[in-house]
Amino acid sequence: MSNLPAVQIDGLVKRYRSVTAVAGLSLRAERARVTAILGPNGAGKTTTIEVCEGYRKADGGTVRVLGLDPVADARELRTRVGVMLQAGGVPTTARAGEYLRVMAGFYAHPLDPSQLLAAVGLTGSARTPYKQLSGGQQQRLALAAAVVGRPELVFLDEPTAGLDPQARHATWELIEGLRRGGTSVILATHYMEEAERLADRVVIVDHGQVVASGAPAELTGSDGQLRFRAEPGLDLAGLLAALPAGAIAKESPSGHYLVEVSDRVDPQLIASVTAWCAERGVLARDLQIESRTLEDLFLELTGRGLRA
Amino acid sequence: MTEPAVTEPAVAESPGSEPAVTDIATPGLLSAGWPAPAPGAAPLPRMVRRQAALELRTLARNGEQLLLTLIIPILLLIAFGHENLVSVGTSNRIGFVVPGILALAVLSTAFTGQAIGTGFERRYGVLKRLGATPLSRRGLIAAKTLTVLTVELGQFAIVLLIGALMGWRPAASLAAAVSVPLLLLAGTAAFSGLGLLLAGTLRAEATLAGANLLYLVMLGLGGVLFPLTKFPAAARPVLRLLPAGALSDGLRAVLAHSAGLPARDLLVLCAWAAVAIALAVRTFRWE
Repeated sequence: MSNLPAVQIDGLVKRYRSVTAVAGLSLRAERARVTAILGPNGAGKTTTIEVCEGYRKADGGTVRVLGLDPVADARELRTRVGVMLQAGGVPTTARAGEYLRVMAGFYAHPLDPSQLLAAVGLTGSARTPYKQLSGGQQQRLALAAAVVGRPELVFLDEPTAGLDPQARHATWELIEGLRRGGTSVILATHYMEEAERLADRVVIVDHGQVVASGAPAELTGSDGQLRFRAEPGLDLAGLLAALPAGAIAKESPSGHYLVEVSDRVDPQLIASVTAWCAERGVLARDLQIESRTLEDLFLELTGRGLRA
Repeated sequence: MTEPAVTEPAVAESPGSEPAVTDIATPGLLSAGWPAPAPGAAPLPRMVRRQAALELRTLARNGEQLLLTLIIPILLLIAFGHENLVSVGTSNRIGFVVPGILALAVLSTAFTGQAIGTGFERRYGVLKRLGATPLSRRGLIAAKTLTVLTVELGQFAIVLLIGALMGWRPAASLAAAVSVPLLLLAGTAAFSGLGLLLAGTLRAEATLAGANLLYLVMLGLGGVLFPLTKFPAAARPVLRLLPAGALSDGLRAVLAHSAGLPARDLLVLCAWAAVAIALAVRTFRWE
């Protein structure tokens, strides 16, 4: 297979009248990998994906999908790319099984619709009209339709929004299966757990720009924290003097200590803290090393204020 | 690869619990390893047939659409063909009514039904999603045309059968055999263009209201049941320039009055078709 990336976006700009939805966004999604686009509502995730899908024209920057132009090469991309919209897309009176068979009929080498229906847990609803499916079932039918044509690349826009835990796990297994089979996946989501579990690479987007990107472990691994409990009122200034420059030490609440370093927590840091305690006859209890979660990072980068 | 067999779905749940979840553990695809990508489009004719078949099946399940396309025309045919509800200005009442009902069948399917159906497809993202499949826009238009023509053939068969049972004897001639299909096709093109023009520009609710309103207007003013001769002389030429007036007038001229090719009505319909389709193509918004 060609080694062109699945998606390459450079400086994408998209405006809706006076509102700038995407403001110079760049990202690269590798083949046969899951790339998660993470961001609060209104961050520009859907707009970015819809530009890649050829639904919207970019106002600036370049977008290449499988090395092709989403608008000029739409005809070729339509057979090679699978799409799951955030909602809808299925005729309301079409039955689940019937719809998936019709979609399969649009492709040269489709998956077997009944097997796929089983894989998304809809075998029992094959004869149910779309409008009578639950929200989660509608989502899973749309997911099945996105992959039935065995695309090289799929765009999934919030595929697990509103799903119950079982259905969410079934969807995750399906996405993991796709990846193992060599399909590239672009996943817009605002579930941290989903991005952490599925994504090879996470791109955090806010106000139409990338604010952080990398493998989940890279994003959360640096910036370590060390916590312990001890008697209240330790001499924090003295502790800091024993630690590498740039470290922060806090007592909050009383008797609970937190040491933060900008780098990774390493054995040397633990030795320094415990040696300092030992010299003063202080027993450091519940000593824990923690890395930030993706959620910590996300909230730090995108703020804690509520979004519309 | 011999992976441990996928455990049976959790059927052990309490009997009254929801069955939806037990369905989810996945045999087949997932345990066997997901197949590698193998993209490719099906041949266009197959895609068009599949899409048209889906549209026909969903139409057949839609009560309002059946009411519009079959029940109303049949009821009007029987009522107006049987009883002298309107003075049609001729002793051959059924000969007057059947061509009008044929025009109404085209109006209901190509215009009203198609406008409402497409308007809601647009609203629910169906057209948008289809835009991301290998079925091209051209292919989708072909599927919709095939659907409309199939429904119309069914309507015509039923109307002609009921008409024959009610004693309808059309003027059979070579001119009729050529003119009638031409008129019906041109009428279908004109009404389809108008229907898609509404559906592609207005909100779904506005399309629903507009398509129903225009249906009633054309039913009343289009010579379907009320002869154009009943209208003031000054209004008649204008009414014959409306697509419904031209279609019913042309069909009636051929089938009831043994006229030759009704060139003027055919031209009017072709003009409506050309303008409406050109406008629809320009203004249609897919989402």
